[in-house]
Amino acid sequence: MIIGVVRESNPGETRVAATPATVTQLIKLGYDVVVQPGAGQAANFTDEAFAEVGATLGDPLGADIVFGVNAPSNEQLDGLKSGATLVSILSPMLKPELVEDLSRRPITALAMDAVPRISRAQSLDVLSSMANIAGYRAVIEAANVFGRFFTGQVTAAGKVPPAKVLVCGAGVAGLAAIGAAGSMGAIVYATDPRPEVADQVKSLGGEYLAVEAADVEVSATGYAKEMSDDYNTRAEALYRDTAKDVDIIITTALIPGRPAPRLITADMVASMKSGSVIVDMAASNGGNVEGTVAGEAVVTPNGVTIIGYTDLAGRLATQASQLYGTNLVNLMKLMTPEKDGQLVLDWDDVVQRGITVVRNGENAWPPPAVQVSAAPAAAAAVVAVSPVKEPPPPSRRWTMIGVGALVLFLLVAAAPPALRVHLTVFALAIVIGYYVIGNVHHALHTPLMSVTNAISGIIVVGALLQIGHGDPVITVLSFIAILLASINVFGGFAVTRRMLSMFSRS
Amino acid sequence: MTIESIAQSAYLVAALLFILALAGLSKHESAKSGNTLGMAGMAIALVATVALAIDRKIEPMGLGLLAVAMVIGALIGLQRARRVEMTGMPELIALLHSFVGLAAVLVGWNGYLLVEGGASPAESLALSAQGTLGIHHAEVFIGVFIGAVTFTGSIVAYLKLSGRASSSPLMLPGKNFLNVGALVVFAGLTVWFVISPTLWLLIVVTVIALLLGIHLVASIGGGDMPVVVSMLNSYSGWAAAASGFLLENDLLIVTGALVGSSGAYLSYIMCRAMNRSFISVIAGGFGIEAGPAEDKDYGEHREVTAEQVAEMLNGADSVIITPGYGMAVAQAQYGVAELTRKLRDNGVKVRFGIHPVAGRLPGHMNVLLAEAKVPYDIVLEMDEINDDFPDTSVVLVIGANDTVNPAAMDDPSSPIAGMPVLKVWESQNVIIFKRSMASGYAGVQNPLFFRENSAMLFGDAKDRVEDILQAL
Repeated sequence: MIIGVVRESNPGETRVAATPATVTQLIKLGYDVVVQPGAGQAANFTDEAFAEVGATLGDPLGADIVFGVNAPSNEQLDGLKSGATLVSILSPMLKPELVEDLSRRPITALAMDAVPRISRAQSLDVLSSMANIAGYRAVIEAANVFGRFFTGQVTAAGKVPPAKVLVCGAGVAGLAAIGAAGSMGAIVYATDPRPEVADQVKSLGGEYLAVEAADVEVSATGYAKEMSDDYNTRAEALYRDTAKDVDIIITTALIPGRPAPRLITADMVASMKSGSVIVDMAASNGGNVEGTVAGEAVVTPNGVTIIGYTDLAGRLATQASQLYGTNLVNLMKLMTPEKDGQLVLDWDDVVQRGITVVRNGENAWPPPAVQVSAAPAAAAAVVAVSPVKEPPPPSRRWTMIGVGALVLFLLVAAAPPALRVHLTVFALAIVIGYYVIGNVHHALHTPLMSVTNAISGIIVVGALLQIGHGDPVITVLSFIAILLASINVFGGFAVTRRMLSMFSRS
Repeated sequence: MTIESIAQSAYLVAALLFILALAGLSKHESAKSGNTLGMAGMAIALVATVALAIDRKIEPMGLGLLAVAMVIGALIGLQRARRVEMTGMPELIALLHSFVGLAAVLVGWNGYLLVEGGASPAESLALSAQGTLGIHHAEVFIGVFIGAVTFTGSIVAYLKLSGRASSSPLMLPGKNFLNVGALVVFAGLTVWFVISPTLWLLIVVTVIALLLGIHLVASIGGGDMPVVVSMLNSYSGWAAAASGFLLENDLLIVTGALVGSSGAYLSYIMCRAMNRSFISVIAGGFGIEAGPAEDKDYGEHREVTAEQVAEMLNGADSVIITPGYGMAVAQAQYGVAELTRKLRDNGVKVRFGIHPVAGRLPGHMNVLLAEAKVPYDIVLEMDEINDDFPDTSVVLVIGANDTVNPAAMDDPSSPIAGMPVLKVWESQNVIIFKRSMASGYAGVQNPLFFRENSAMLFGDAKDRVEDILQAL
């Protein structure tokens, strides 16, 4: 089958759906690749580079599978051949009219931004890969506008305090932003309604600011959901307090299929220091910040810059294309089980079902919900963990000790005098053996075992006393016994010595 | 003072030295002197016994044979000890146990031939005068029984550990019945033998015991081998003690009881570490429980390359290495030690987390790491290190599987549920060195491989470690 890579029709789009590296992998899967001339230009991939790895330059719309970054324009859609498969970011949840339009055409459409959030599908999750880039870029944009260092310094020219950054929402983009800002030296705070992300924030060097509220959230879909009023009031108070203090705010709060929640109000912005920067990564969905203008950077009267760029990932076009392209390659790997260049749509696979918007001209949106988070199930299981055995009740223990003592008493009392002495020695030696190794260091188990093994070669004593008293059979048997036991005695001690000489302290 | 009394007092000294030897071996500081004390005790015991044998009018020819047997045995033993690879320790120790077992069988048979068989009429007369002839019959019987079980049990353990026999548990129908049945038959035969000590009864019990030994160990899975080896160690002690009763030799009794009880206690410690019942391990109950529906979707694992791991290690400030049997198999301990040195030189905090049952012998990993000159104070036990994983940047799981399986903690239906495990998944990154996605000895799938912070590094552990060293 032929894969066509289109040049993006959207004027602001810099990304491309394939790079020379991903084309190589697609060809390995058995596909032929046609790239529209100039498709990779904005992302610094030349036509020659594509041609070099084996792609043909030409019209991609006639291909069996068409790769794009954004939803294609109407002209492009009209050019698709019957039975073609379109793969791109389609936002089916936000654009019902597009889904309508697509389902009127005899094609199959797969939305890369509808990948369910399960571990298996991570390698195709475009939202994650793009959010990662966008989070990083958001910090870079902020740093670009911000008039100071991020890191604190003490120089001959005076002391520089470190910048304070607040990241709202610790999803993929938020975490990427925390990591980027932290590595530039800023002090990073982060908020998120999901308390389980606190550790992730900490692991990237950020400080998690918890909202003290009753309804902490454990999300079953892997995404955030809308919060209760009580939570929102408390969160607002937290933002109000923090906004005054920080230099940079990066907001990443998005709820799937809904307008972005309003986190930072106009008066919070007004309370910030002049020269502060806000990057609103939710600008395209209405923005988390009051006063955001999508696609633009605006400066408020008190000197706060609000950046509302919606193409943060695209501003790192080369990187974004590479990651997006790899997501597509991973999807193709999933859908080309035979590696023979034949696309197979497996309707029973939740991932493939989840991204299918239109199948052969039939509207397949929305797909059945997929429960992805293991959190609730795990919580139930915790209770049943560690079935450590209860020690037997003391009464039973005492009974057992009593019975043991009685048996021993009868045994010794009934034994002839000669045996009685031996039994005494035997019983005491057992107790000593138990106590003597009671606190043995774990690392010494093997040497201990080999030395006890050597010592149990003491059985040689028995054979030594039996050999050579007339009877040839006994002498032969003793001979063998002495030989075997001697191997044990000498071998056991020698090997223990060898082992012990290896143990050394640093 | 007769030679007899001198020998008795020498035996007492030897017994005390053995006790001190075992006590010395429970600490690093005193381990070497403990071993020396053990050797001294053995030397005293041997000299005293040879003197006693001469005093008891041993034939010159017998004395010569005695010397020849000891020299040959010593040469073989020393040579084996020098040659053995540290990864081959479990096999060697199992094999040595079988020698003790066989020696005990032979000593028991000799006891029978001497007294019951009529080779030494004087001794049987002395015994009947004391009224302990019947007890002697029982002692012969019991000594041979324990010795024979130890013998074949150790041989099977040796074959399993050296890979010459399948390590999967043997599943005969009604195996518990077989074990218990053998014991009941043994008890019955003992009574019979005490009443009428005939040769064929002794032959029958020897055969039964040999078969029981095979069956006992054959039905225990490879994962439980550390416990089995330690249990056989205990058996060999009891065999020696039984011979001591037979020969009325207190040194044998004391030493045998020491080894027997310490071995049993060691096995118990290990069973506790695996949260498994001592009885069920001995009876071979481990492999029985089949896992629940295994067609569960665990998701997909991620792979990394050695270069990526090297990069990760370069950026790490704390690394924990959790080795398992796979490290021993691949002989990767030298590479791991080299890696440890390099990382420590770069200022990375490197430690080792050892699960109590990692490897096929208690303390197996410690011995291997010591062989490769990893300092023992960075090699920590599970309990010492388990709380440190959350602060650790990278964990390298080298050839371990069941000992790092989170299912033991959060899946109550898992066959290894409740077994304490190393909580490696709490660290930031887990790199798992593994040859394939196959499951571990317990036959349980490991959800760790599919966690989001886990990545697999496939291939032979030794080669992969070398690759990382190259890339560092």
